[in-house]
This record gives sequence, C-alpha cells and structure tokens, in this order.
Amino acid sequence: MAEKTAAPASESTLAQTFSKGLLEENPSLRQMLGLCPTLAVTTAVTNGLGMGMATTFVLVCSGMVVSLLRKVIPSSVRIPSFITIIASFVTLVMMLVKAYLPALDEALGIYLPLIVVNCIVLGRAEMFASKHGPVEAAADGLGMGLGFTISLTLMSAVREILGAGTFLGVRVLPPFIEPMIIMVMPAGGFAVLGVLIAASVWIEEHPRHKTRYVRKKVGPSASLCAACPINCGIGDPTDEACAKDEFVEMLEAAVTAARREKEEREGDA
Amino acid sequence: MAQYASILFSMILVNNFVLVKFLGICPFLGVSKKFDSAVGMGFAVTLVMVLAIAVTWPIQQLLDAWGLEYLQTIAFILVIATLVQLLEMAMKRYLPPLHASLGVFLPLITTNCAVLGVTILTIDEGYTYPQALVAGLGAGLGFLLAMVIFSGVRRRVEEAEPPEVFQGMPITLISAAITAMSFMGFSGVIDHLFGA
Repeated sequence: MAEKTAAPASESTLAQTFSKGLLEENPSLRQMLGLCPTLAVTTAVTNGLGMGMATTFVLVCSGMVVSLLRKVIPSSVRIPSFITIIASFVTLVMMLVKAYLPALDEALGIYLPLIVVNCIVLGRAEMFASKHGPVEAAADGLGMGLGFTISLTLMSAVREILGAGTFLGVRVLPPFIEPMIIMVMPAGGFAVLGVLIAASVWIEEHPRHKTRYVRKKVGPSASLCAACPINCGIGDPTDEACAKDEFVEMLEAAVTAARREKEEREGDA
Repeated sequence: MAQYASILFSMILVNNFVLVKFLGICPFLGVSKKFDSAVGMGFAVTLVMVLAIAVTWPIQQLLDAWGLEYLQTIAFILVIATLVQLLEMAMKRYLPPLHASLGVFLPLITTNCAVLGVTILTIDEGYTYPQALVAGLGAGLGFLLAMVIFSGVRRRVEEAEPPEVFQGMPITLISAAITAMSFMGFSGVIDHLFGA
C-alpha cells in the first residue's frame, strides 16, 4: 500500500506496469494464479523465497523473449511457442539451481520443473508480453515475479514460524510454545492461504469500513450512538429499549436503505 | 500384485495429488462448483494422465539413452500438449458422446500441473512401465476423488454465510484445509495393509 500511495497515479506507465503486480494484481493473492507452488513449497522461508526468485527469473526472461518474437510467431501456434520458450528458461533455472544451490533443488524437487505450467508465466506471456515491447514486458514480469515472491515469502514466514517455530532456520518462538505441526502439513497450507487472501481483501477495503453501517456492531458502547445511523433518540445503548424489536426493525430498515443506496451508486457508476 | 495395489492406493489416498501434493489446484478450485463438471474433469484428467505416462515413459528412456536428460521438461510439456490436442480431435471424430461430456475439459488440461507432475514423478521414483501406468491411474483417481468430495463440501459452503472478507475464495480454501486434514488420516494405512 505504501509504495502505491507514494507514487502518484500519473507516473510513467513503466512504473505502473511494474507496481501493479505487487499488490493490486498480485498473482497468488488477487488473481489466484500459481496456487500450486504457493501451497506446496511454502513450508520454509528459504523455499518460498527460492521458488519466488526462480519464477521471477523465468517471468522476466520469457516475457522479454516472447515480446521480441511477438511479430515473428504466427498467432495460430503462439501457445506452443510460448510454452517452448518458457520451458527453455525453466530448464536453465533448473540447471543453475542444481549447480549452485543443491539444497534448494532438493527442497523444491518436482515443483521446480513445474514452473512451466505455472499459469502466471503463460498468462503474462499471452496477456501482456505478446502485446507490448520488451522493456515493458520485462517490467511487468519483474513486478509480477516480485509480487509472487512477496506473497510466497509471507506465506512461508507464517507457516515456518507457526509450524516449526523458526524463521530462516533460526528459532524465534520461545521453547514453551509448542510448534503447530499442522501448519507445515498440507492442510495448514490451504488454511494460511485462505486467511491471507481474506486479510488482503480486508486491508484493501479498510478505508471504507468507517462509512459502512452494516459493519457496526450493536452492543453497549457509549461511542456507538454517535456512529449509529438511526436517530432513535434513546441516546444510550445500554438502555433496554435499544435492544427492543422496534430498534432492530429500524436498524434493519436503515441497513437495507443503505445497501440500496450503495447499489444505486454502483449502478450509476 | 500387492505392489501394484500398494502404488495405486497410496497414490489415491496417502499421496493424493490435490490435497497432499498440491498439484492441479487450479481445476480443483475452479471446476469443483458443480458435481457433474467435477466428475467430468476428474475422468478427463485420469484419462490424460494414463495416456501421458504411456507416451512419456518410453521417451524418457530415449532421452536417457542419448544423454539428453536435461530436455525432459521441454519434451514432456510439448508431448502432453500435442497428446491432449490429438485426443480431443480423435474424440470429436470417433466418440462424439464422450467428447460432449469430457471434451470441454481437455483444453484446460494442457497446462495442468498435475499431468506434467505425474509424468516427472514416475520418472523420479524410478517406476517400471507397468508401475508407472498404475501410478498414473492412481493419481487420476485420487484427483477424481478429491474433486467429487470437494464439490459436495462446496455446495454446503455456498449456502453458508461467512464474514464478508471470507466470502468466495478464502472460505473455499479453508474448507479445502479441513478436507485435506481428513486425508491426513490415511497416512500409514497403506504401509499397514500392504507391508510396503
């Protein structure tokens, strides 16, 4: 969010192309693409980071090559051509990782070659790189790749800290807290991703919370009346009348009216 | 025989492709809304997995013989893409009823990581040809089982009203977590049954 507000909307398109992948169109949290590696390799931060960086490399390189060849490749055979280009870079990454980071190769295992079928890579090649110049394609690939890396790292940090009590292999949880093994098991992967996506939706909608009546809780709180949309005149939420049926009906009517208003507003826009 | 049964059931239950190995998540979440399409997709994936292994396993032997192991990824993905295309054309021509029920899922399968995953996995495990085919069948049936179970779970979830931020994908993933938890109960079962 911070970098988005810092950069004005009228910035050069290249910066926008780059930054949209970070949160707005984040591959795994927003577009729900590439969920298999997001769930599978995020049991430790090093794995998540390594997978993210490998995918970023493939995204940038294949994006540039696809973009350079976009006028040469006939559109009827473009998908197989893209797949071949992507597969070549994946093979390159596999060789590099095997040579220089054998431990990572061991940990990622089958998921490293499976970058080929990661929907993000083919998706960006088809939707962006094949329609834009090489520099923009590289910026787009880098942004998407970094967004993917960020969400993988976040996800693996949560799972590693909760599931193993460590961060980057260093113990962070005090010894009296038993690590939750379920977090590093498959079930934990689904649950953590679900909560993270919900959290990202919540963060995005946060500024609007204040104007939403629906979210206000009804309960004994002095500040509640000030925020309450119903001008009921009781003036005290602890008053029994506040919980009476009439009040509930009024509240529901107000909520329905607010909803209708919102729908109309959206309909107009 | 016990060895084949062990591979088959461990692929279906213990190493379930979707819920334990996280392969084929996109169709699992995308197509599991309706029971019919979940079953169709499951059978289509099973068919393609077995056929893909039938083709890629011999190819791997050739690559090994020629010292071209590093071409594995490129060769496999292109073979699978071609295979799916040919299968769709053949099905359309000779088996129109089957094409009507399974055909729509075939183009979606090309970039399904479960198919490429199972072909590479059987090579990594060092299975013989018949073992690899059984593993492919097991992986496909496991995918089908997960899809069918989850489409049932999802029907219930659709009717529930979770908090606003959890609506849609988050609650689906959390119900998938609970489904995955139930599959954790199977670990160890196969070893006890078949003494592998």
